[in-house]
Order: sequence, then C-alpha cells, then structure tokens
Amino acid sequence: MDTPGVKEALEQLASGVTTSRALTESALAQIDAQNDELGAFITVCHNEALAQADAADAALAAGTGGALCGVPMALKDILVTRGVRTTAASKILDNFIPPYDGTVVSKLRAAGAVFLGKTNQDEFAMGSSGENSAFGPTQNPAAPGTIPGGSSSGSAAAVAAHLCSAAIGTDTGGSIRQPAAMTGTVGLKPTYGRVSRFGVVAFASSLDQVGPMGRSVWDVAKVLEVIAGYDERDSTSMQRPVGAYAAAAERGPDAVRGLRVGVPREYFVDGMQPAVEASVRAAIAQLKEAGAEICEVSLPHTKYAVATYYLVATAEASSNLARYDGVRYGRRAAEPADLDDLYRRSRGEGFGAEVKRRIMLGTYALSSGYYDAYYLRAQKVRTLIRRDFEAAFSDVDIIATPTSPSVAFPMGSKVSDPLEMYLADIFTISCNLAGMPGLSVPCGKDDDGAPIGLQLLAPWFEEERLCAVGAAYEALRGGVA
Amino acid sequence: MSWETVIGLEVHAQLATRTKIFSRESAAYGAEPNTHVNEVCAGMPGVLPVMNRDAVHMAMKAGAALGCQINRLSQFDRKQYFYPDLPKGYQISQFAAPICTGGEVRFLVDGEERVCQLTRIHMEEDAGKSSHEGDSSLVDLNRAGTPLIEIVSEPDLGTAEEAAAYLRELRAILRYIDVCDGNLEQGSFRCDANVSVRRKGEPLGTRAEIKNLNSFRFVQRAIQYEVGRQIDLLEGGGRVVQETRLYNADTGKTFSMRSKEDAHDYRYFPDPDLPPMVIDEAWELRARAELPELPGARRVRYQSEWDVSAADAVTLSASREVADFFEAAAAGSKNPKRVSNWVVNEVLRVVENPEDGLALLFTAAQLAALSDMVEAKEITGKIAKTVFEHMVATGDDPGAILDREGLRPVRDEGAVRAAVEKIVADNPEQAEQFRAGKTKVMGFFIGQVMRATKGKADPDLVRQLLAELLA
Amino acid sequence: MSRITPEEVRHVARLAQLELGDEELEAIRLDLDAVLDYVDLLKELDVDDVEPTTHAVPLDLTLRADEVVTTLTRQEVLQNAPSARDGMFRVPRVVEGGN
Repeated sequence: MDTPGVKEALEQLASGVTTSRALTESALAQIDAQNDELGAFITVCHNEALAQADAADAALAAGTGGALCGVPMALKDILVTRGVRTTAASKILDNFIPPYDGTVVSKLRAAGAVFLGKTNQDEFAMGSSGENSAFGPTQNPAAPGTIPGGSSSGSAAAVAAHLCSAAIGTDTGGSIRQPAAMTGTVGLKPTYGRVSRFGVVAFASSLDQVGPMGRSVWDVAKVLEVIAGYDERDSTSMQRPVGAYAAAAERGPDAVRGLRVGVPREYFVDGMQPAVEASVRAAIAQLKEAGAEICEVSLPHTKYAVATYYLVATAEASSNLARYDGVRYGRRAAEPADLDDLYRRSRGEGFGAEVKRRIMLGTYALSSGYYDAYYLRAQKVRTLIRRDFEAAFSDVDIIATPTSPSVAFPMGSKVSDPLEMYLADIFTISCNLAGMPGLSVPCGKDDDGAPIGLQLLAPWFEEERLCAVGAAYEALRGGVA
Repeated sequence: MSWETVIGLEVHAQLATRTKIFSRESAAYGAEPNTHVNEVCAGMPGVLPVMNRDAVHMAMKAGAALGCQINRLSQFDRKQYFYPDLPKGYQISQFAAPICTGGEVRFLVDGEERVCQLTRIHMEEDAGKSSHEGDSSLVDLNRAGTPLIEIVSEPDLGTAEEAAAYLRELRAILRYIDVCDGNLEQGSFRCDANVSVRRKGEPLGTRAEIKNLNSFRFVQRAIQYEVGRQIDLLEGGGRVVQETRLYNADTGKTFSMRSKEDAHDYRYFPDPDLPPMVIDEAWELRARAELPELPGARRVRYQSEWDVSAADAVTLSASREVADFFEAAAAGSKNPKRVSNWVVNEVLRVVENPEDGLALLFTAAQLAALSDMVEAKEITGKIAKTVFEHMVATGDDPGAILDREGLRPVRDEGAVRAAVEKIVADNPEQAEQFRAGKTKVMGFFIGQVMRATKGKADPDLVRQLLAELLA
Repeated sequence: MSRITPEEVRHVARLAQLELGDEELEAIRLDLDAVLDYVDLLKELDVDDVEPTTHAVPLDLTLRADEVVTTLTRQEVLQNAPSARDGMFRVPRVVEGGN
C-alpha cells in the first residue's frame, strides 16, 4: 500500500479511517521491501517509528495532536537525531550516535511527526546525483536507470516512491529542488534564515538551508509551517513571523491573476535539453493564460554563479569539515603512529573522493596568497549576483525558470568529470548565493517519461507567494500528478 | 655595543561570565574533566555558536577602561588549525574587525609613569586542555569555549621590569572592573611576549614569541634570558629566527617549540555562522557608566589630595578591595596620610591575600578612629599598635579595647607628677648631670617614667613635668 | 599548462590534514587545475569597489543571556569517542617542543 501524502494522511487520521500505527507499519513494510533496490534509506527506525506512531495515535485520540500528528516522514541523514545514527552518508561518521536533536527534528517531534528513518544523500550534501554516498547510490523511482538528483537523493526517492508522506532535505546549491525536479516531486528551499540550521551537519554555512520535499505544494507548505521560525540556537535565523503557507497553497489558480512573472533571459541558453525548455515554456504559458503577466528579466551575472558557488561553498566546507578529526567522535584510523598520522589517515580514509576534492579546493582558496584572488573575489561577485535579483524583483513578483537544464541522467554518466557535474546546478545555485526562497514543481516529462521541474523564485521571506503560485500552477496542470 | 630591547605583550584574559562565549554550558573552573561540555563545546556535527551578551559587555568595559575605541561593527573570523583540544578544527576569534582598537596602559616603574599603547582587543574562545601521560595525551574540554579577550600591546616596552609592571597594572584594571579574576595559576590571565633586540637607531630586529608565561616573575626572567640569548647570538655573528619559544621555569631558559614550516597558515575567513556584531552608542555608554575609578586615577588622587607617598599609592591602589577599604578609612579620618601608613604597614601585614577580600573583623571606620586617637595624641603609637592587634583579633572598637585592657593614657597631672617626682628623687646622680647641662639624660628620665606608668602616661605631660622638676 | 604543482597540492593536503595517495594527489591536482581554469571567469569582473557578501541575508548578531543550561552528561559527551581514558578523550601523545 502506498503511503498517502501529508494532506491525505492528515485527513485519514482525523477522520479515523486509519491510524498512525497502520500508516507507519505499512510504510515500514514498503521500505523493507524496496530499500535494497532503491537505496533511499541509510537507517530505518522501526522501533522508534512505531513508538512515535503509538504516541501520535494517543494524542489524536486525546485531541492534543500537533500539526503533523501521526504523519510518517523521512529525514535526510544530515539532520542530527538524538539516539539515531547520523552519518551524512560518510564513512567518517558511520558510527556516530548524536546525543542531541537538531531544531528541525525537535519541531517535527513536537508536531507529532513519525520518523521512518534517515535518507541517503551525497556525502555531506556534496553532489548532484546521489552517487557520492558511502552507502551506495539511490535509484530514481520516476525514471529507472537514472540518478534521482542530489544531494537529497534519498528523500526525493522516498517521496517519489510513496514510502513516506513527506521528507526533509537540505539545499546548499539546489539539493532539494534539483532532485525534486528529477523525481517528479515538489521541493522547497526556504529563504536563508527561515529555518534553523542548528543540528544540520554543515556543508556551506552561508548557503545551507533545510526544506520540505513532498508530493504537492500544499504538503511542503504544511511541513514548512512546522519547521520554519526563529531559533535562538542559530544566530543566522531570522526573527520574523512564520507565514500561513498551507493557506496560501489553497488559493487556487486565481493566485496568479495580475502576477508579474519574470523569465530570465540568461536561463534559456544553449545546452538546455529541448524537452526541458518546451515544458517550462508551456508552464509559463499556462500561467499567462491564467492571468499572469510575463516579462523578460535579466540576471546578468548568472554565468558567474557556478564559479562563485564552488569557491564559496568549498572554502566554507573545508572549514566545517575540519572537526572530523577522529578525536571526539567518528572514525579513527587504526593504530595511528602519532597525532598527525591519526588526523591524516582518519580523514583520508573517512572521506570520499568528492569530499576530499572539495576540501582541497576550499583549503586552497583560503590559503595564504590566494584568499583575495579566490575566496574574497567570489564573495564580491556574490554581491553582484544578489543585486541582480534585487533589481529583477523590483520589477516582477516571481521568477520562473527551469530547475535543471536536463532531466535525470543515467547512473555513472558524469562521475568522471566534476566540472560537468557542477554545471548541472547552474539554475539552482544563484538562489542560494542570494539567499532567496525557491520551489521546484513538476511541469512535465520528456519523451522517455523523465520528469521535468519548473523552478519558481521569490524575494526574501516570500514563501507564501511561492506556495500560492506553485499550488496555482499545480491546479492549472490538473492537480497533483 | 649598545643594545635596545623591544617587547610587545599579548595577554589572554578569561572573562568572568557564568557561561561560555558561544553556548550556555557553565564556564566554571575546576570541575571534573568534560563535565562542563555540551554539544557546542565538543564541536559536534551541526552545532552553531550563539554569542553571550555579558561577554561582549565585559569586553567593552575592558576596552573603555583601557581607553580603546569601541567599534560599532565587529566581525568574528575562523582561525584554522588542527589540535586535539580545539574541537572544531578552528577557533572563533576576531581578525579583520576586532571589538576594540587603540588604547593604552599607564603604569609606574620606580615611581615614574610609563605609557604602553595598545593595538587592539579582540574576543575569542578558549581551547580545552591536554595533559600528557605515557604515550597518550588526554583532552579535557571544560575550558573549551570559555570567553577570552586578547589584549595586544604595541612593542612599546623596553625592559623586563616594564613588561612586568605593565602586566600588573593591566591585571589590576581588569580586576577593578570585574571582567577577569586575574588568576594566573588557573590560567585566567595568560601572557605571551614578543621579544626582539636591535642596536640603537637600527630598525626592529627579528622577534621571538615566548608563550604561556604564567607568573609575573617568569615573564621577567624569560624576557631577561631571551634578551641575553638574542644579543649573544647576534654578537656571535648569528641571527635570530622568528619562532615560538617556551620558558622552562626550572632552568630559567627559553627553548624553541620547533614548529613545522607550514603550521601557521591559519586561513582566517569571516565565520558564516555569526553575523556582524553591532554595538550601539547607548550600550557603550551603559558599559562606561559601570566603570569604577581606576587604579591610576586613585594613585594620583591619593598623592595629590592626601599626600600619600608614590610607593604607598601604588600599594593602596593595586587592588580594589584594599583601595576601597583605605578610602573608607581615610574619608572618615582627620589625617588620611596617617591612615595610609596604617593600611600599608599594619592592615596589609595581617591580610594574607587582599585580592581574596580583606576579611577583617574590624571596619574602616574603626581603623580611622584608632588613627585619629594617635593624631589627637590621645594615645601613643605604641599603644595604638597594641590596640590594633586586639582589633584584628576581636573587631572591637578601639575605645572599648583601651578600657578593657587598661591601656588608657594617664592624664591626671597629680598621678603623673607623683611618678615623675619619685623617678627624679630615685636618680639624683642623673638629675645632677642634667642640671650640669647634659640634656641627653632627659631621654633616660622619660623612659623611666613611661616604664613606671606602663607606657600610659601622656609623653608631653611627662616631658613638661620633668623639665619643671629638673630645672 | 598546469597552474598547480604537485608540491602545492601536497602542501594543501597537509594544511587540510588529508592523507592522499600519489594517484589521488595527481587526480585532485588535475581536477583543481580544471576548476581553477574555470573560476578564472570571475577575473573578467571589476569588483574593486564591491563589498563582499558573507551572509546571504543581512542581519545583526543576536546575543543571548548569560544563563547556564546544561544539556549533556559526561557519558553523552564521551559516548562516541574512539578512545577515552579517565573521562577524557585520548590521542597519541602530543609532541610539544623539547629541550
């Protein structure tokens, strides 16, 4: 039995046609049956999930359930969970049992969500295909033989395969939106500072953001309402009220009437797959038919985004990953000769190839003599990219683009060329550099049935607008696939 | 050949907050290993720093007390290196934009005022502690994340004595304003010294950094040794290498830490987890308003208003506990200078460690009363000292002690006259000598009378009566 | 032409405390070369008068009260330690100077 989406699950639980225990048992059975093949979960939490489900059923019966009471969810294994192994898909953390919960996890617990398990991903969220995991790759349920996108590969696959009602991912350069596009699901990256990063294994601190992944815009909106908000344990979280995102997603196609939709000239370039361009243009045409005004906008520094991103993200990552040194937790090399040997071998053996590559690039970009030429220059270009968006949003309400220039590519086809892999993130990266929220919603498929995503970008903290427009588009397309 | 020494000091002072700089874990000293550690102090995956408001406030007070400019905007940076007691692989510090810039410390060396300019004060987190045992090092993270300010001086100090005097003054100031307990043994006030020598008139020489000097005596000795070492090297045709050295208190020598060639690329960059820190004028003014009168100002005031000697002014102002006690006593007395002698010579003799609090049974007002009795010639200095010992033991009023112990001076002229007459009569030979012009014998008679009256006779009256009877 | 020498790659690996085999070093050197060539793109732009963006969304540092909240026991602090002794994390002896 498929696990229902968030909305259906909440309705079924509220009406009493099912229980959280029944949903959870069924989801766990599906995971057990499919995970060997799919590789969506690193850790499945049978006992914990059933205990949470029973507690949720009791709360539902007592009328004290939270906003997601009893809903079975999956958490990317980059989210720190008390008592449940948290690996970030790295060998270096393959035995790490955190003694604390991250804020998003605490909020979901308080809302009554049930955690089925921890999902697969690219190691430390570094990758766009899900192939860089110490626990093996994840398959794309929507297009067999292809990658599910990354780095939130397992969360996307679990949602697409209906193994959970919704999942949590993280997005540093597109890691929620790109796998959502490639698996035909919905993924939302909130504004930087909208959701707490406390208890999220850091990749690139100024870019990382936690967000929901689900089967519909309403579903991700509902989850966002629970996980968003100021957190006194995260100095970069914003003291702003949380919006009524689910209500915004209920406004229907009317939400786009009179809306000014910007289409950036620089995003429709050579190299984009024709099917992707056709689907996204068709989606934009549907918005126009529904009363939106379509305007071309320019984001002139787009072509610098990937270079900027890889310098900023790797520099921050090289620093954030210094703590994995084999001293206090995580993997330690066997029989170290001395302290340096302990550090070098623990890290050399514990990190995968892509992580090492990025640590090396980031260390180089920050090292003496190169800081100004690489890191500082990139942070300055980042300012230009941010200004591009500020200028564009002074003219339009929302920006529509493809999420990715291509549909999911075959497993193993790009692993040999890191640069080519990096360029796959070209449409999602700017949004992280500039901090604004972004949403990917399915907008069609190519001739082989591979899903295509429409990306919507809004100004800082305009997640309600994103949800309203995303849901409106969903309705125009004829509802959730 | 004339050599000049150039010294700059870097002081790490732990701020006296309850919690650590970036987390709510207790910063108390002396707990069992790793019992004051939480996920943030341990640098676990996913943790984030959140700044302690009181740490900023204290850093600002230090800057205000030292005449620094408090910067409206400052930034935290990551200083990156691997070490077992550095949990995140980086220390959060301030590199490009510190909380305070400029400032100075004024201090006395042999009664003369010197000034050392400050470069900056920045905030940072402390590391944990490693202890070594056989083939292992053991790491305790209790100290990790304790708030520190690093106070960096210009290379304005010319001798080891100046360096020590600078440190004493700096420590006194930080203790006055309640931002650091100044405990060198526990490591809450630590000093690194940058030392170089040059021939007069030549540009600055290559410096060596001597780390972890945990007493003022060691600072002085280490600098003296290092200066000698560098001069010997240069005069022998060698050169000084820029390096970090440690001081061995047993041998009195410094030795090289032999750091690796690539160990010092710290790869500083702004910490993305901490937005810029804004300090508005109102906050700065609140911090300034909390500053007490500082030791330098008190020193000057004691000398100019109360005629206290320079050396005593230094002693009295060295800690706030003593200074406050002295001022309370001086303010209530007729002769503050006399009170200053009492405090310097007597009070500080009986108080073991004034910085831990004076813990006296008697009050400043009682000391003032005692001093004023001497001032009014009601009692002799000798009796006053006896009374003082009783005050130390009991905390009783000096008047009550005089009565109880029968120490009241005999003022009754009749009684004193009888004693004087008896002494003169008993010593006819000395009386004759006096009358013959040998006036020195007066001392003998005074001594005899005082002995006979157990020191209680008023010395002026004795003198007057003797002069009369021996005339 | 290669921009980064094997010696530089080894230096960076030492800074990052990563043990890399010779083949791995050479592969990373070539990857870094390619990426550094690519990021040269940024040199087209004149950014002399541009402020760097350190935080995506501008905000001021928040400050918290100085009040103790205890979250972990020592057992929890040490439970993941690869090696511990006497309540402390154990590592091979740190060599620090010498006479």
